[in-house]
Amino acid sequence: MAKIAKIEVKEQNPLNSLQGFFKTLLEQGEISAILVPQHLPMKDVVMPTLVTDPEKLNGTDPLAPVFPMNAAKLVSRLTGKPLGGSVAVVLRPCEIRAFIELVKLKQGRMEEVILVGIDCLGAYSNVDYPRFVGDDGTQATLRFCQNALAGKSTAVEDFDLSPACKACEYPIAENADVLIGLVGVDINQQMLVKANTPEGEALLEKLKLPEAKEPDGRKKAIDSLVAQRVAYRDKMFAETTEATSSIEKLTSYLANCVNCFNCRVACPVCYCKECVFVTDVFDHEPTQYLRWAKRKGIIKMPTDTVFFHITRLAHMSTACIGCGQCSNACPNNIPVMELFRTVSSHTQKAFDYEPGRSVEDEPPLSIFREGEFLELTGGKE
Amino acid sequence: MEDYEPTIIAFTCNWCTYTAADLAGTSRLSYPPNVRLIRVMCTGMVDPKYVIKALLEGADAVLISGCHIGDCHYMNGNLKARRRVKLLKELLPRFGFDEQRVKLTWIGASDGIQFAETITEMVPKLKALGPNEVRNQMVL
Repeated sequence: MAKIAKIEVKEQNPLNSLQGFFKTLLEQGEISAILVPQHLPMKDVVMPTLVTDPEKLNGTDPLAPVFPMNAAKLVSRLTGKPLGGSVAVVLRPCEIRAFIELVKLKQGRMEEVILVGIDCLGAYSNVDYPRFVGDDGTQATLRFCQNALAGKSTAVEDFDLSPACKACEYPIAENADVLIGLVGVDINQQMLVKANTPEGEALLEKLKLPEAKEPDGRKKAIDSLVAQRVAYRDKMFAETTEATSSIEKLTSYLANCVNCFNCRVACPVCYCKECVFVTDVFDHEPTQYLRWAKRKGIIKMPTDTVFFHITRLAHMSTACIGCGQCSNACPNNIPVMELFRTVSSHTQKAFDYEPGRSVEDEPPLSIFREGEFLELTGGKE
Repeated sequence: MEDYEPTIIAFTCNWCTYTAADLAGTSRLSYPPNVRLIRVMCTGMVDPKYVIKALLEGADAVLISGCHIGDCHYMNGNLKARRRVKLLKELLPRFGFDEQRVKLTWIGASDGIQFAETITEMVPKLKALGPNEVRNQMVL
């Protein structure tokens, strides 16, 4: 039984070969459907598509450096209740990690889903991607992959990959059922296919791919990529900590916020079905605004902006997987991801919790124990 | 700031600390009048946003106080509260709120004296800390 196999790449076009792989997956993998990003026929944008017909996979491009939304929310929709067939979902590592968090929150199930993760080279923001892509989406993708894997700059004109991707220390989806490896692999020749779970192994066996072994350079290439990203991340942490270290600085940081709550909508781990900030609780009486204004002589409208962000941090920061969709969704270019990742690094550390690692890890605020955090009450229980 | 009087918002549980505060009163114990009690059924129902809101509105400290571990009327509400306070103590100091502005204590129903002492100890510490910075802000 092959634990590691390979997809042979023909004509130096890894994208075509990947499309072939997905076709085989759908035909021979005994699955009902595959969720995979594709270039849409009507306009060259990349969106997740749910495909049941192997002939409808021609626009497939999971390597395109864009993800318009965190697809974990879509997988959650597909698996919230029994689906009546299994679906393979092709996701980025951050999407898999977000989905694992949603499974823990009972907003998704692992039963009918095969997680296919692809080494992630990063993505441009939704605003920048159309500027990057030009006329030919697939050519742009191939160019991007070659450049990124060769360690060349991914910057185009005045923009580069999104900060969330540059700061992401999880480029490899180690917790996927099936992992497609690009980093440290000559993708003009082959791509790795690795089964990480029994489900993944069973699937690989059906596909009858040629066996392979991990190239010697892969581990080193991954380590170097992660080191680069960790350096960027730590610099970002230091800068953001400084920029938000007092309430005055935080209000300045969030000054452009118009309370549109797009960051919350885009966030895959903001799990409440109805957010308190859109309920009657915040439907204040008109006279209340006057009272608030009178107290200080002036209040900013809309109100509750800083309150919203700190509360969101309290609610979801332990689950933040750092996909950066909050920043992607912000109409006013607030560096939301930077703030959330920086604070999350501390709240996650406080509970020794790594979101998205495994469904076995319990979310910190869903459990409680005797004899913990005694320092809060002077060392006594 | 000599004339600065700190305001403490205290979320106290119905079964223990609120009763202790009541006992402090009926026992005629004196303690500083800086505390505003909010009775909740259990510290386990204190959402972190209540604490955040209080501090953003200008409270100088938030006290969350409930039953001793093992005494919770609802079995484990205080254990949940403890995790949330832990979270808040990680979160709020990032934005300049002194760690002392959020306090968690366990005060049983018969501990009127301990309730009075807790408030008596908190007030001078908060005076030394100075008023919550938020009071001068236009926000929020």
